[in-house]
Amino acid sequence: MELRGWDEFEIGSVLFSFNEKVENIPNVQQEDRSYSENNSFQASVAHWRVEKPIFNVDHCIDCFFCWIYCPDSSILAREKEVEKKGEKIMEQSMVGIDYVHCKGCGVCSSVCPTDPKSLLMVDEHDEEERVLANWPKKEGKEK
Amino acid sequence: MSKEIKNLKEYSKAAERFEGAHLLCPGCAHSMIVREAINATDSELVISSGTGCLEVSTAVYPYTSWDVPWIHIGFENASTAVAGAEAMYKALKRKNRLYQPERDVKFLAISGDGATYDIGFQFISGCFERGHDMMYICLDNEVYANTGGQRSSSTPIGASTTTSPSGRVSYGKKEKKKDIVQIMAAHGSPYVAQVAPNKWKDMVKKLKKGFDAGGPVFINAMSACTTEWKFDPSDTIDVSDVAVDALVFPLYEIENGTKLTITYRPKNVLPIKDYLGLQGRFKHLMKKENAHIVEQWQKDVDAKWEYLQRREEAGV
Ligand code: SF4
Ligand code: SF4
Repeated sequence: MELRGWDEFEIGSVLFSFNEKVENIPNVQQEDRSYSENNSFQASVAHWRVEKPIFNVDHCIDCFFCWIYCPDSSILAREKEVEKKGEKIMEQSMVGIDYVHCKGCGVCSSVCPTDPKSLLMVDEHDEEERVLANWPKKEGKEK
Repeated sequence: MSKEIKNLKEYSKAAERFEGAHLLCPGCAHSMIVREAINATDSELVISSGTGCLEVSTAVYPYTSWDVPWIHIGFENASTAVAGAEAMYKALKRKNRLYQPERDVKFLAISGDGATYDIGFQFISGCFERGHDMMYICLDNEVYANTGGQRSSSTPIGASTTTSPSGRVSYGKKEKKKDIVQIMAAHGSPYVAQVAPNKWKDMVKKLKKGFDAGGPVFINAMSACTTEWKFDPSDTIDVSDVAVDALVFPLYEIENGTKLTITYRPKNVLPIKDYLGLQGRFKHLMKKENAHIVEQWQKDVDAKWEYLQRREEAGV
């Protein structure tokens, strides 16, 4: 992106969040919007991380504590196909982590109520498969 | 319209209007509060922010993190910026000249405690006296965190800040925290409340009441600051839980200037020592020579709780 100098702006200039009009924003998910290059959604803070969260769907109870408390809008909650009583239905679920915008603060893991946790903080360079294969067992009493 | 939100599953269907890759610290409660507030409504929002952490971190050229019309002017005038927009909106509506009259718009100002308790106070007071249909949310982290941690009039007694450092001769800030909630209620506004992001259900209820109040609404939101309160970023919610359970931040609301209701009563009230012990800014208060500060503070917290309960009972 070409950046303008401080003296090259018109007075009252505006940064636009989207390239085109988005109707009904509160109900249009991020993947269906046309973000402008000035939206921080297009930027990454992945390099801030020392640790990253790993999500294990097997233990998740879809309580959405991680979603509500993530300060970086990085817990993805979306409709997902699930099986209930032999029937396939769409249900709002925790589906994963947005690693472009996650800063690795660890709040999501700390508020996750399951035993074992469904979110664990691991070294940024650790591999997801290895972590999932070695997921801790049920602890009984917390800590 | 403000939504009825019963559980987090419903809440989580909201599409984000506050984007990531803002530059707030990892674990910052400011962004939790902003997300909770924006996602609590389906209305379109016009938002202003005064100078502070939120403002400098969410509008770093060439980026904006806001998917709503957002404006920053100065340190002091988040309130008047949005009040101006609201007044214009009303005037255009009255003259039938709104470009898209079917759109449902709410006006919101969000600033820190420095901009609210200190620098922008007279502007807010003016807006509330004029009765604009707006909501003002104060992100109360009890310090000027954006400029390096100077004390504000929201900083509590005993906190060590860069302008009230603790050391051999001082236990930190000497003065007590200003009670902004009571001051704002004294303006007679329809709705004033204190919230905490960790109590999201309480917060959502209050936001709904606020968005529907139709007059100037003031919300004081406790915002635990990992950098200046000095705790680990992953502990933001834990620290916040202890803060409300120790009644350092009691959760209550005041309607029409007088009717006070306590909205959260901890099952186990914790001693404030538990709260202080979690944070680096109070480390020195754990020393013997400063025990009298903690003792006095505990008495103040107890007295305040007693006062709130009596006001609630009396309904005046
Ligand atoms: S580590 Fe922090 S930023 Fe990353 S997903 Fe968890 S709560 Fe969000
Ligand atoms: S907090 Fe844990 S159990 Fe709850 S939705 Fe997130 S990952 Fe799943």
